[in-house]
Amino acid sequence: MSEFISPVLSYSLLSPILVVFGGAIIGVLIEAFAAKSVRPVAQISVTIGTLVLSLVQVWRIRDSGSTSAAMGSVIIDGPGVLLQASILIIAILAVFLIADTENFAAAAAAIPGSPEERESIARGQQMTEVFPLTLFAVAGMLLFPIASDLITLFVALEVLSLPLYLMAGLSRRRRLLSQESALKYFLLGAFSSAFFLFGAAYLYGYSGSVTFGGIRTAVIGGTGNDVFLLVGIAFLSIGLLFKVGAVPFHAWSPDVYQGAPTPVTAFMAAATKVAAFGAMLRIYYTSFANAEWSWRPLLVDIAIITMVFGSLVAIAQRDVKRMLAYSSIAHAGFLLAGVIALNKAGLDASVYYLFAYGVATVGAFAVVTLVRDSAGEVTDLNRWAGLGKRSPWVATSFATFLLAFAGIPLTSGFIGKFSIFSAAYEGGATAVVIAGVLSSAIAAFFYIRVIVLMFFSDPLEDATSVVIPSALTRITVLFSVAVTIFLGVFPSPLLDFISNIAIFIR
Amino acid sequence: MNYLTLIMAIPLFGAALIATLPQSKSLLAKQLALGTTLIAAAATIAMTMKFERENTALQFVESYDWIKAFGIKYAVGVDGIALVLILMTALLTPIVILAGWNESEGGRWSTKTFYILILVLQTMSFGVFAATDVFLFYVFFEAMLVPVYFLIGGYGSGERSAAAVKFLLYSLLGGLLMLASIIALYVLSGEQGGHTFNIAALSQLEMSSTTENFLFLGFFIAFAIKAPLFPFHTWLPDAAKSATPGTSVLLLGVLDKVGTFGMIRYCLAIFPEATKTFTPLIITLSVISILYGAFLAIGAKDIKRLIAYTSISHFGFITLGIFAMTTQGHSGATLYMFNHGFSTAALFLVAGWMISRRGSSTIADFGGLQRVTPVMAWSFFIAGLSSLALPGLSSFVSEFLVLVGTFTRYPVAAVIATFGIVLAALYILIPVQRALHGATEPGNENLKDLNLREKIAIAPVIAVIVLLGFYPAPVLNIINPAAAQVISQMGFSDPAPTHGGK
Repeated sequence: MSEFISPVLSYSLLSPILVVFGGAIIGVLIEAFAAKSVRPVAQISVTIGTLVLSLVQVWRIRDSGSTSAAMGSVIIDGPGVLLQASILIIAILAVFLIADTENFAAAAAAIPGSPEERESIARGQQMTEVFPLTLFAVAGMLLFPIASDLITLFVALEVLSLPLYLMAGLSRRRRLLSQESALKYFLLGAFSSAFFLFGAAYLYGYSGSVTFGGIRTAVIGGTGNDVFLLVGIAFLSIGLLFKVGAVPFHAWSPDVYQGAPTPVTAFMAAATKVAAFGAMLRIYYTSFANAEWSWRPLLVDIAIITMVFGSLVAIAQRDVKRMLAYSSIAHAGFLLAGVIALNKAGLDASVYYLFAYGVATVGAFAVVTLVRDSAGEVTDLNRWAGLGKRSPWVATSFATFLLAFAGIPLTSGFIGKFSIFSAAYEGGATAVVIAGVLSSAIAAFFYIRVIVLMFFSDPLEDATSVVIPSALTRITVLFSVAVTIFLGVFPSPLLDFISNIAIFIR
Repeated sequence: MNYLTLIMAIPLFGAALIATLPQSKSLLAKQLALGTTLIAAAATIAMTMKFERENTALQFVESYDWIKAFGIKYAVGVDGIALVLILMTALLTPIVILAGWNESEGGRWSTKTFYILILVLQTMSFGVFAATDVFLFYVFFEAMLVPVYFLIGGYGSGERSAAAVKFLLYSLLGGLLMLASIIALYVLSGEQGGHTFNIAALSQLEMSSTTENFLFLGFFIAFAIKAPLFPFHTWLPDAAKSATPGTSVLLLGVLDKVGTFGMIRYCLAIFPEATKTFTPLIITLSVISILYGAFLAIGAKDIKRLIAYTSISHFGFITLGIFAMTTQGHSGATLYMFNHGFSTAALFLVAGWMISRRGSSTIADFGGLQRVTPVMAWSFFIAGLSSLALPGLSSFVSEFLVLVGTFTRYPVAAVIATFGIVLAALYILIPVQRALHGATEPGNENLKDLNLREKIAIAPVIAVIVLLGFYPAPVLNIINPAAAQVISQMGFSDPAPTHGGK
């Protein structure tokens, strides 16, 4: 029996994650013991405070690269810190939207349409569990891109996923659709976790190690059984590709995007993508980099199919949340181009793209929460007609986000697209670049159609209206617009910052 | 003095000023817009005076780092070709604003927004001609679609939103193909000594002929859609018909020139070998454009469509001149771009006034305008004659130069293209006869003639058409050295004139 070694942890380097876990636990306690009247305010302040504190901690550790923060289970390095910061900023913006509890079920545990539910609505109950759930998910997301062994990666995956499954089912309106989406997300997510574990087991079999460094050494050595490596990479990739919503593992995303409460969709769409791509970049750029012959051709195919499929199917959507879901599938394809690039430029570009896209996504969903009628949010695109006439500022903000998604110059999306495609081309993936450019042209069609609808169509005579945004929602929208345009016009500071510190420690 | 940045900043400043006005002050917004564009025009004229004609290097050069990580610079500078196009833009915009004083009133949005869009478009038009960094050029090239899109879709008539979308999608598709080529150039430059977007540096790149051909096509298709060259022209008639007359002038007069200008500045300079490979194909397409546009124009029943079709024919001449690779052809093509701006402006503006007075854009609804509204009729007639390149009017000089320049190298193409002139006489004189002469159609008896504002707007346009017809030297002197420089950089020399056997 080997001697038990007590773990040495570097608390300061882990502090961003620990702070968020602590905040989440305080949130649970508030939910259990605080009086109902103070709960919402207390929860919002604790959540925002926690996230801001965590962001401060991330800033403080930005230059301290380390592989020994938690006995080799996590790696603190430039890309990890940048992605953590992106996740936290996106999470803060999303919490501002979640704070508008109008969107959430009065009693999440009650069966839709049951007497209990009616009663809790009648009593004006508002649930606030969503805040600690969000913090738990954020904690998992912060761990995901810095995990450096397969076990930690898996734990992080589950920590970030389980709260999200619950949160998807919390919608106040259209409860059945929401719960159906939660169940779908959970079942498919459980499947993909199984695939992930299966792949992890094969990789362990191949290399005799669960750490990324160990796998990397084994791949370079090339002495293991290649079948194990291939099966391992394939199944692990399925688990990760599921999380980012790449075709053919995308089937959950339109339903979940549509069914989940819109603020949760915003959080999930933006932050999960950052976390999942972060982990993907790390594992492909470090562990699998020397086995590129085995995964790159397939990933190229998946990227091309994802871009083209997402763009084409988005054209047929009549619901704004489903349209954004397919658009996010297409963007997953563009982001895969950054993984395929497999060079420094690809890493920089991916980090930049993830941040720019995440902020614009939160902003776009924030606008969706504002367009309502008496029965809640209006997501039918036809009823968005003439929005530009009634609420020019809201429509202009949404148009800005759409132009950024379409990659029109002077928005952050254009710089992102340019940098990621040029990195992919540099990496020799010409086919991906051509497919990316063509699917951008297809995608432009449906983004522009929404702009046409908002600005060039006459409003329908119905009760669709734009609610006056709450102060927090207003901050989210304005901040997102400002970032989207600023990063389009003056991307240099951020690009330089990223390129200086985004280096994987292997 | 940083003239180029200055003239780009003036309209933007005016737009910001207008944005602060309250909605109700629409008259003040118009006056501000007119004032701003006049100041920009004055600054541009001052710049033209300072321009050294014989100096073939880029002038008024400025260069600052923009996105250092990618080697992207805010770099501007002009040669003679870019300068005359900037001058044309600066002169046309105030005329368009004055001529279309009430154009913004049928729009979805306020007058204020209309002029903000026009001014932003002007800044971007200056930028697109002045940029010497390919990335900067691309940014202007794509971003200028947005104001035009809103100008057509928000203030046009008829099927305006469909036309706006068609315009935008065609242009975006072309732009994205160009983006793919730009990305490839960026990567190639990185492999050959550091990332750059400087045109001069990019023209030194070494690439395989396959690569060069593909990259050339990426640029060329984008420009051919913009220009528009057959078979990429189908968006133009719809856009021109739906846009307000002023927007149409900017669309055909300024924006479409970006296509032909881009061919000279980018296709020829960066891909000289691929240019030579594709020249026969492009010459053929140009000749088809000349004849096809002319035939469509003869058959057109709608005035605005008619003008759009004549432009397709004229752009055929311009591309023919560019790809003939002779100095006369090149000078002629650039002069043609300048002159086409003014003759199209005259046609569209007068047609716009006719249409708004009559309430119809069908040619058959007019008739006998000569008697009812003599000034308007004469203006249209002169504009038409300029469009058909009557000797003594400006377009004649440029068309003649293009044909002479083409004949020395491609006699067959030149001969066929000459038929375009005959057809031009038909497509201009038939509508002139129907709309201006003959018996006065019922409904036209009480049309008002041009008022003072409209006369002031059209006078400088006609003055330019007539003056440059008799004495094109001021503009040609600016163009010629630059055109000769392009040809010599391409490694061409003018073929010696051949004498038929004597």
